Amino acid sequence: MNQALIQLKGIVKTFPGVIANDHVDLDINPGEIHAILGENGSGKSTLMSVLAGLYKPDGGKILINGVEQRFRSPRDAIASGIGMVHQHFKLVEPFTVAENITLGEKGNSFFLSNKELKATISELGKKYGLEINLNAKVWQLSVGEKQRVEIVRMLYRGSKVLILDEPTAVLTPQEAGELFDNLRRMASVGCAVVLITHKLNEVEAIADRVTVLRQGKLAGVLERGQINAKEMVNMMVGRAVASKYDRDSSPVGGVVLELDKVNAFNDMGLPCLREMSLSVREGEILGLAGVSGNGQREMAEVIAGLRRVESGKVLLNNGNISNLSPRTIIDLGVAYVPEDRLGMGLVPELNALENLILKNYHQPEYSGRWLLKSKAVERNAETLVQQYQVKISSLRQPVKVLSGGNLQKLLLAREISSSPKLMVVIYPARGLDIGATEAVHKLLLELKTRKTAILLISEDLDEIFKLADRVGVVFDGQLTGDFPVEEADLEEVGLLMTGSRSTRERVKDDEPAHI
Amino acid sequence: MNRLTFKLEKRLAPSPVMVFIIPLISVLLALLLGGIFLVLTGEEPLTIYLLMFEDSLGSKYGLTETMVKAIPLMLTSLGVSLAFKMKLWNIGAEGQFYMGAMAATWLPLTYPSLPVYFMLPGMIMLGMIAGGLWALLTAIPRAIWKVNEIITTLMLNYVAILWVDFLVYGPWRDPDGSNFPITASFSEAARLPGLGDSRIHTGLFFALALAVILAVVFKYSRWGYSINVIGSSERAARYAGMSIKRNILLVMFLSGAISGLAGMAEVSGIIGKLQHGISPGYGYTAIIIAWLSKLNPVAILIVSVLFGALQVGGYAVQVEGVPAAVATMLQGSILFFVLGGEILTNYRVKLFGQKGEELSK
Repeated sequence: MNQALIQLKGIVKTFPGVIANDHVDLDINPGEIHAILGENGSGKSTLMSVLAGLYKPDGGKILINGVEQRFRSPRDAIASGIGMVHQHFKLVEPFTVAENITLGEKGNSFFLSNKELKATISELGKKYGLEINLNAKVWQLSVGEKQRVEIVRMLYRGSKVLILDEPTAVLTPQEAGELFDNLRRMASVGCAVVLITHKLNEVEAIADRVTVLRQGKLAGVLERGQINAKEMVNMMVGRAVASKYDRDSSPVGGVVLELDKVNAFNDMGLPCLREMSLSVREGEILGLAGVSGNGQREMAEVIAGLRRVESGKVLLNNGNISNLSPRTIIDLGVAYVPEDRLGMGLVPELNALENLILKNYHQPEYSGRWLLKSKAVERNAETLVQQYQVKISSLRQPVKVLSGGNLQKLLLAREISSSPKLMVVIYPARGLDIGATEAVHKLLLELKTRKTAILLISEDLDEIFKLADRVGVVFDGQLTGDFPVEEADLEEVGLLMTGSRSTRERVKDDEPAHI
Repeated sequence: MNRLTFKLEKRLAPSPVMVFIIPLISVLLALLLGGIFLVLTGEEPLTIYLLMFEDSLGSKYGLTETMVKAIPLMLTSLGVSLAFKMKLWNIGAEGQFYMGAMAATWLPLTYPSLPVYFMLPGMIMLGMIAGGLWALLTAIPRAIWKVNEIITTLMLNYVAILWVDFLVYGPWRDPDGSNFPITASFSEAARLPGLGDSRIHTGLFFALALAVILAVVFKYSRWGYSINVIGSSERAARYAGMSIKRNILLVMFLSGAISGLAGMAEVSGIIGKLQHGISPGYGYTAIIIAWLSKLNPVAILIVSVLFGALQVGGYAVQVEGVPAAVATMLQGSILFFVLGGEILTNYRVKLFGQKGEELSK
């Protein structure tokens, strides 16, 4: 085998309080797509930032073609042929694509030679199949196109190794597919592509080799033939993870939440819920699938009293709660885990003690007429943090320093501990790693056994099929599908999410034509 | 490349040492900067500073005058700190001060012979209500239409000052006042009693009591908790079922009422009448004080005394031909250095040598 193009040996990088990389080794060969897999906080982004010259390692060596290199800045790394495409694009929106590509280049004359540039880029485009309009302004581009600009920029600077940090996180499935095609083409002409990800299906789909990190350490390397989801999860999490949960199958009770032909407007004053009707029963999880932006957030806000019901009714245990105040609705037993954990669900600047009484600080349990009962507040926080296994160094630290998983646990701890009759959760596992996702899912399933009605709004069909008793589909502010989970078909739900009509209906419609 | 480099590294928690040291260093740096200015104008900085110190804190008379200035500063600072806690930027303490003074003046002018037990409580009530309503004037559009309160509170300052001017130059002018823009002197019943026979008046106790109350409200009370939540994240507060509009109105009203009380205390405790220019900008200095004290009510009391001393010292050096603006300049520089130095409480500086090795520990 050829010598590796890039070798990282024993990389150590520490930040105050954490060791982000602990003696990590990594080999990257020319012409391969190499996935770096790990949970949030496993150190994969740090490792790649070291390689891209953004961070200076505290220990270890970087060898390129066998020669040790020291990068003082990303410029040095780029000069060595290493380019990184960040998750958040570093493009100047009002500038054109061409201007962005040449931005920061030295050696160009003050005025750009447009002809030369275009020739170079169209050549690159031919080679890798990347087409972009050089004269378009960046703000006019779609996310996928912006990403392409970033990639072309790196190639234009002579990158032989392209690092992409969670590139599909911002893409639609179609765009992701296109990206993968492009990456394969790049690898086939000898570039090395490094893909930072925590999505197993991506690794299975595209990687030639995968390096798995866990808690800053190297957990293992798998070659193409050895790559399988189970093995990777074991390496990532350090233990086996259930692919299916045990679900409580006891029968559901009476209707708790009912939406009856609800209409509501979004923030721009446009209709976002149109005659929306649905119901959730005691001890039942209704999984509501849908591409975000189809009225899901607004529906949750309508239920929580944060958005006006224009017409129709929201019923809780047969009582009309439409347009009651948020506090009244909270006190009636509606819990809500919003999409926006930090900023809505939790107050970033306040500590855990304060955040855990956000909704019930006014109850006699935690305050008198004037003063808060600080002992009760503290006891509450201690109990919840322990019971819900929130990893937190101090109850008095602002919660904004916590990881996504711990924030979500803290938020769920508060909402679940209020023993709600109805729980509304949106995208509960978004941005969480496998371990935290599992913990969150188990909390929801446990809540179900306590006879709470749960409305689970999610984009993640895996999540919905794993948790829900009933699957609903929301599109353009309407319920376009509603099936018991046993009868729901993944493909059909996927189609309904994109606004296609039910396939069953279509078959029916087609039949008369044959007669 | 042969050079030293440094980088800033975020601290896990603000450094408690720095929190204490930075204000001290800032004061020193501000004095240094002021010193350069004084040298440039041909003065002897040490002499001037010494004089400022002696005349403000170094004598009984100076101390008294310092406290006289500190009382309105304390009250207005406490007033704005309440609004700031909720991230309501009440820049209008100056106007609320004037309105409080004006409303309080109405009572002794109209009913000069009221007995003291009606007069003083009445003036306090009127002063607070007027200051509060003046602030409420900006709180209502803020609560309903989100009209920026920085602009409205600031603009109403000028309106309030002009109102007072209108009255003292016009309908309320003392006919026996040889045409000065002043009202008739208050009766004895309308004067806040002094401490012993000094000019320090009982308004000091209002400030002390309010500082304690606010400290408790901020730290231990249910209402203080909700103000804190609203100030930190309005969306979270709404989500938690807190009434934001009601709190905007309430907090703004109370914030204005405290500054109104400051105005009442000034006319009743010090001047004994209403006149043109009753405040040398207390309401604006209050913003600096509240900020430097990080909205801590006890710190506000201390910083107010310091700023009172600066003001008195500034007047004192005028005798030497040095502009009193020296004091204002020092105030500004202190704020500048404290805000600039704040980065050191949240970040630590690491030095690197020529080969990238770390030098600092």
